[in-house]
This record gives sequence, structure tokens and C-alpha cells, in this order.
Amino acid sequence: MNLDFSDDQKALQDQVRRFLAARCTSAAVRAVAEGPQLFDRALYAGLAEMGVLGVAIPEAYGGLGLTHLELCLVAEELGRAIAPTPVASSIYLAAEFLLQAGTEAQKQAWLPKLAAGTAVGAFAFAEGQGETTPARIKTVARGGKLTGEKAAVLDGDVADVAIVAARTGEGDGPEAISLFLVDLAAEGVTREAVTTIDPTRSYARIAFKNAPAEPLGGAGEGWHIASQVLDRAAILMAFEQVGGADRALEMARDYALDRMAFGRPIGSFQAIKHMLADMYVSATLARSNCYYAAWALSAGAAELPVAAATARVSATQAFLHCAKNNIQVHGGMGFTWAFDCHLFYRRANALALALGSQSVWEDHLIARMRAGNAAEAA
Amino acid sequence: MDFNDTPQEAAFRAEARAWIAANAPKHLEAELKRASFGSNGIASEDPLKAAKAWQKKKADAGWACLHWPKEYGGGARSAIERVIWGQEEGVYGALSGPFVIGHGMCGPTVMSWASEEHKRRLLPPLASGEEIWCQLFSEPAGGSDLAGLRTRAVKAEDGSGDWIINGQKIWTSGAQHSDWGLLITRTDPNVPKHKGLTMFFLSMKTPGVEVRPIKQANGKSEFNEVYFTDVRIPDSQRLGAVGQGWEVSLTTLMNERLSIGSGMSTGFPELFRLCMEMEIDGRAAVDDRAVRSKLAQFAVRQSGLKYTGMRAITALSKGETPGPENSIGKLVAGATMQELAMFALDLQGQSGVVWDETSPQNGRFQAMLMRSPATRIEGGSDEILRNIIAERVLGLPADVRVDKNVPFKDIPTSGRTKS
Ligand SMILES: Cc1cc2nc3c(=O)[nH]c(=O)nc-3n(C[C@H](O)[C@H](O)[C@H](O)COP(=O)(O)OP(=O)(O)OC[C@H]3O[C@@H](n4cnc5c(N)ncnc54)[C@H](O)[C@@H]3O)c2cc1C
Repeated sequence: MNLDFSDDQKALQDQVRRFLAARCTSAAVRAVAEGPQLFDRALYAGLAEMGVLGVAIPEAYGGLGLTHLELCLVAEELGRAIAPTPVASSIYLAAEFLLQAGTEAQKQAWLPKLAAGTAVGAFAFAEGQGETTPARIKTVARGGKLTGEKAAVLDGDVADVAIVAARTGEGDGPEAISLFLVDLAAEGVTREAVTTIDPTRSYARIAFKNAPAEPLGGAGEGWHIASQVLDRAAILMAFEQVGGADRALEMARDYALDRMAFGRPIGSFQAIKHMLADMYVSATLARSNCYYAAWALSAGAAELPVAAATARVSATQAFLHCAKNNIQVHGGMGFTWAFDCHLFYRRANALALALGSQSVWEDHLIARMRAGNAAEAA
Repeated sequence: MDFNDTPQEAAFRAEARAWIAANAPKHLEAELKRASFGSNGIASEDPLKAAKAWQKKKADAGWACLHWPKEYGGGARSAIERVIWGQEEGVYGALSGPFVIGHGMCGPTVMSWASEEHKRRLLPPLASGEEIWCQLFSEPAGGSDLAGLRTRAVKAEDGSGDWIINGQKIWTSGAQHSDWGLLITRTDPNVPKHKGLTMFFLSMKTPGVEVRPIKQANGKSEFNEVYFTDVRIPDSQRLGAVGQGWEVSLTTLMNERLSIGSGMSTGFPELFRLCMEMEIDGRAAVDDRAVRSKLAQFAVRQSGLKYTGMRAITALSKGETPGPENSIGKLVAGATMQELAMFALDLQGQSGVVWDETSPQNGRFQAMLMRSPATRIEGGSDEILRNIIAERVLGLPADVRVDKNVPFKDIPTSGRTKS
């Protein structure tokens, strides 16, 4: 038993951290939040150049061919830096979909571009309000054409290609859903950027009107494939959340050491000390859950579904907790646009909703534990 | 990163499993399984005798105190092997209750500070459960503020070099059946409080030692008051130098947090079972979404604790020393257990108030409800643990200490100022 990353993996993480410290500064994040650009293209190109985007993509498809353990650590660093880049959509989701369900031709067509950062992918899943269920997916696919509308697609306006969940059968069951690969430049696709709580990332509403689409994976297998990929992406995103939580905690700690009130650093007041201790506790629990999930992901363990939901619930909680208390520790300064606290608060809340909200993952977790129990009893 | 056993670990596991299968007290298994929280549940025989018998059997075969050196009665095994043993020992692990303080805290202190001769005399029977130890630290005037303790040790006037102890300890768990005690005393009241302390060990049968049970809030009587009246002990029973008692006590407290925190149960598996089995209007409780949400919250804390422990073991096996970050174990487990018990009772509706043999799982959650407040106090309260994390892990300033450089005898003793 060994629940830690190797020295080589940590060295890679360190390299990414240094790169992001230099290139993904607060000013760079704000340039995206406040300016017209949808993401930081130079930063994204730099990540691609380092090989970071393709770290877990096999060499045959233009990646480095390392494991998902390395990708987990990259994700942690991207989360710490609240990087304004489409890595989650393009790598944790699109590339994973292709790796899990793509044909050889589909992989050859897209993976090298995703790894090189010359194309961006996205996953178009949710429709309307509420938890995404098979019944709520109304977008239909007929004769290789898609028609319907997807809500709040992360990186939907910057992506070149999307994996789209659409209805190919009748009824509310999962077997009615299939996945499609859609070139977003094609006719019949309209995209409209939406304003969100997190302007450091871009989101779009995508409407399909008889848009050409090619199947990804078998007919009726879409829901199943999506669940598998969402689990994998949830682990990677949980690492981003843990990175963000740690950074928010550090910001709060540093401010508590510097800021004076009543003739003392505010970090000497127990109310502040204990708030920070509790932030440390939730960040640590989340990190430990993530390490276990990282192992499950890299080993393809049977425990992966439970581990993924556990990491996701725990990391969402930790980032929300640390981000909101970071503002509290900063007092009035924490509520200014000029301080970065709100950027973490925004990202924490946006990540909590991406891939399905907290209550959905809580439900997944217990349903899976229950199924595991039943299997054990049988 | 690999959660599976290495081949060596797998071999150790197989060996442990086989030995346990052949030697465990199977006649007690049913009782141990049914045990509610906070006791080993054995009624068919003397529970302490049962505990001692299993411990002795383990010791004779080299399975006791796995991480201790062999010459002191241990198994000279790695930290990971100790974890594997715990997993394999399963319900029989509940029989270790009476030895937790001795093995987890007193033993390591003796190992770090006693003479070789004493170590060879004291540690093997401690490992084998033939002798039980207690921790004589807390006093009416010194709990969180342990260094505020008042029990005095003074040199006997007869030139023997012996020490004469007078004073009172309180909350001493297991004193009633202990053979030995680890005792911290004040030897010099004229210096600041941390500097005037000295550590000893003594036989609980020494004349002048009197143990009086205290009835606890949960109705049980596991901790005690211990009075010392002109108790004479030889200087050779001193651990560390005169005035070094605080430093010695840190060995104990560090080990305490490690041993209490890491393997702590939060009651989650039992709550999960309750929610699967309990029917509300013909449906399992777990069919309710609000119940699932709550369960998930408890589940991630439980697993977070478990894997935090595994990460600590990984660090330990790479030669790192466990640090103050291990304080989170008890902090999380105590609060979780208490909230979880309240939730379990809430699920039972008005019947949750009932605590008898009709209560689900033999009244486990009622017992947890009534025991968990103690977990949040014993071995460092929640507040003290948060201070430790804030100061020693996050590097925040220490609390303002008004008594720091004051001679002990001049420190005020009542919180209310006279008007
Ligand atoms: C079941 C049980 C078993 C025990 N077994 C043993 C044993 O075997 N041997 C032994 O020596 N002791 C034992 N103890 C004693 C235990 O270690 C003390 O009770 C504990 O350290 C708290 O001390 P206290 O009771 O004096 O409370 P106090 O120190 O008076 O604390 C009262 C409250 O004040 C808070 N407080 C105190 N100081 C601070 C501070 N600096 N900052 C913020 N808040 C503070 C505490 O957190 C607590 O909420 C046991 C206790 C229990 C409940």
C-alpha cells in the first residue's frame, strides 16, 4: 500500500506549478475575466508545448503517454492557479470520451489536435433546469442530424468539436440516449455566449438545427459511456478543486498573518485561527479522498465509481468552504473586485455545478455504495 | 500510488488471517458483533479477562504491539503491517480496549525515556496485557492547561533520594484495573509552569494511592479520581530529568493523538446499515433523497479520515515523522460521531428517545450519542486541536499567554476577579 505520488510525478507537478506561477498570474486571469478574449490562448499553447495537455493521451495519438496520476497533479495546479483555459472540457471530457468510446478514425482525427491544443473539445450534456436525466434530454438525432438546444456548455463557444448527448430512442430510460461527435463549425450549429457567475471561463448555449453529427460509441450506449467519462472527469476536477481550496486557504492564512486589528495580527484571534483550522481539515479530507480516487482512476479499479463520487463530493465541499471563508478572513477587502478572493469564490461555485451539482453527486455516491453492498450480499 | 498489497504485504495478510482463524476466541464473536458502542459487549464472561486472554495469546505468538521491537515484547513489524493486522483482526480488535492507553501512550513514553533495565522489565508485560497502565496527567486544575497541574513531588528528607507525592489526579481512565501509572508532577513551583514538572512511573499498588470511580454522564464508570497521600517512590522511577516533565509528556501526547485519531470509527458503516434496513412507510430510509444527502456527507468524512490515515502511514513508511497534522483524526471523528448519532435518532422519530433492546442495533446510536461528547474533550478538546492545527500546521501566532513567564505559585487560580 502506498497512497502518495512518486518523486517523478511530484517533480512534474512542481514544473507545472512554476510555469503557472509565471504565466498564469492574477493579471492574466483578470485579462480573461475583464477582456474580450474567451480564454488565455497563449497560456493554453504554453501548456500544450510542455506536453501537459496530452500527458495521459497515448503517444500514438500525439500525447506523452504517461498516466492519469500525472494528469491529476496537473489538474491540481490548474485549480490552484484558477487557470482560464479549457483543459477540463477538452482533456478531462472530450479526450476521455474519444479514448473510451471513439473509433480509431475518430481518435486519429481529434486526439492529436486536442493534445497539441490546436483544437478544443467540449461536452454538451445538460438541457434546461435541474439534474440531467435521460428524460430531460430532448435534443434528437435522426438520420445523422441533430436538433435541440444545450444549456451552459462549458467552453461551448471556444470549442471546435463537441460530444453531444442526444435522444435516439423513446422513453425515459438511459437506453434512449446516444452520443455524437459534432463539428461545431458545421452548418446548423448556432452558439451564443452566456454570462455566468465565473467570467474567467466561457460558457455557451448551443442550438442544433439539423446539424450533421457522427455517432460516438454504440446506439443507446450514450448514457452509460457518459456516466463512465463523467466519473473520470469528476476525479480530475476534484483535483482542481483541491488545488483551489489549498490556494484559498493559503491566501487567508497569509492575510491573517499580515492584517492587524486591536494591536494584534487578526490571525492571533481564535475565531480566525479556528476558521482556518477547519478550512485545513476540509481541504485535507478532500485531498485524501482524491488520492484514493487517483489510484482508482489510474488502476481502473472496481472501486472507481464510489471513489469518484467520494472525491467529487468532498472536494466540492472543501473548495466552497475555503473560498467563502477566504472572503470572510479578508473582511471588506475580500469583497473588492481588486482582491482575488472573489475569483476563487466564483470558480469554486462554478466548478461545484459543472459535471452535475453537489446533490446529484451525493446521490450517486449513496446509490453506488448501496449497489456495492447488494453485490457483496449476493 | 498503489492501494493494493505488495506481495510481501499480501503474504503478511495471509499469515495474519490464518493465525487469527486458528486462534481467535470464536465463542465471543457473536457478542462482539452485537456490541453496541463503547464496550466490547461481552457478558458471558469477565470482559477484562477475555481481553487479557486474547492479548496474551497474541503476545505469545508475536502478534502483540506489532510495531514495537521484539526485545520489548513487540513484533518488529512495519506501520503498514500494523494496519493490515487491524483489518484482519476485525471484531476481535474490540478486545484491545483496556490496553489502548498503555500501548498507545504510556509504552512509547517508557520506550523513549526509561532505562534499558526498566524497559525490559516493564514493556513485555505491557505488550502482553498482563499489566495494564493508566495515564495520570489531568487534574482538577490542569486539563487543557495540563502544565497548570498541582500534584507535588518533593524529595524525601531522609536522604534516600526518594520522592514523596501528594495531590490529586482526575479523569484517569482505567485506573481501577491498572497495575502501573505514568505520573506527571510539579517539583518546582517557583519557576514558570512548564519548567517545574517532572515525570515518574509508579505501581498503582504503592501505599497511599487511592482510586475512586467517577460516574460519567453516560452512566458508566470508566474514569476515576486518583488521590496521592505521602506516596513514596524511588528516584529510579523518574523519566527524564527533574524539570523535564513537560518535554516527556509531549512524547505521550503526540502518541496519544496518533493512536486515538487515525483508526477512529465514526459509526458510518453502522448508520448506512440502519438506513438500508429501517423502513419508513414501507420504504427503506435510504430511498429518501434527504437521507441519502446526509449519508453522503458522513461518508466522505469517514473515507477522508481513512485515507488521511493511509497517507500518514505511507509517510511513516518512507521514514517521515508524524506531525501535528495528525490532530485532524480525532477532531473529525468526534464531531462526526456526535452528529451522526443525532441523525440516527432523528430518523427513528419520536421512538429515537428509547434506549433499550428494542432500539435499532441494540441501542448503538443512543450509546454513541451519550459517549461522543467525551471524544470531543478527551486527549485534547476540539478547541485545543484547532489551536494546534492553526499554530503548528498553518503557522499562525500562538494564543496570548498571560501566565507564560510567571512563577507557577503566582498564577491566579480563579477566573472571577474580585470587585
Ligand atoms: C472520557 C475521558 C477520559 C479521559 N481520560 C484521561 C486519562 O486517562 N488520563 C488523563 O490524564 N486525562 C484524561 N482525560 C482528561 C482530558 O484530557 C481533559 O478532560 C481534557 O484535556 C480537557 O481538560 P478539562 O477537562 O480540564 O477542561 P478545560 O481545560 O477546563 O476546558 C473547558 C473548555 O475550555 C476550552 N479551552 C480550554 N483552554 C482553551 C484554549 N486555550 N483555547 C480555547 N479553548 C480552551 C476547552 O476546549 C473546553 O471546551 C479524560 C477525559 C475524558 C472526557
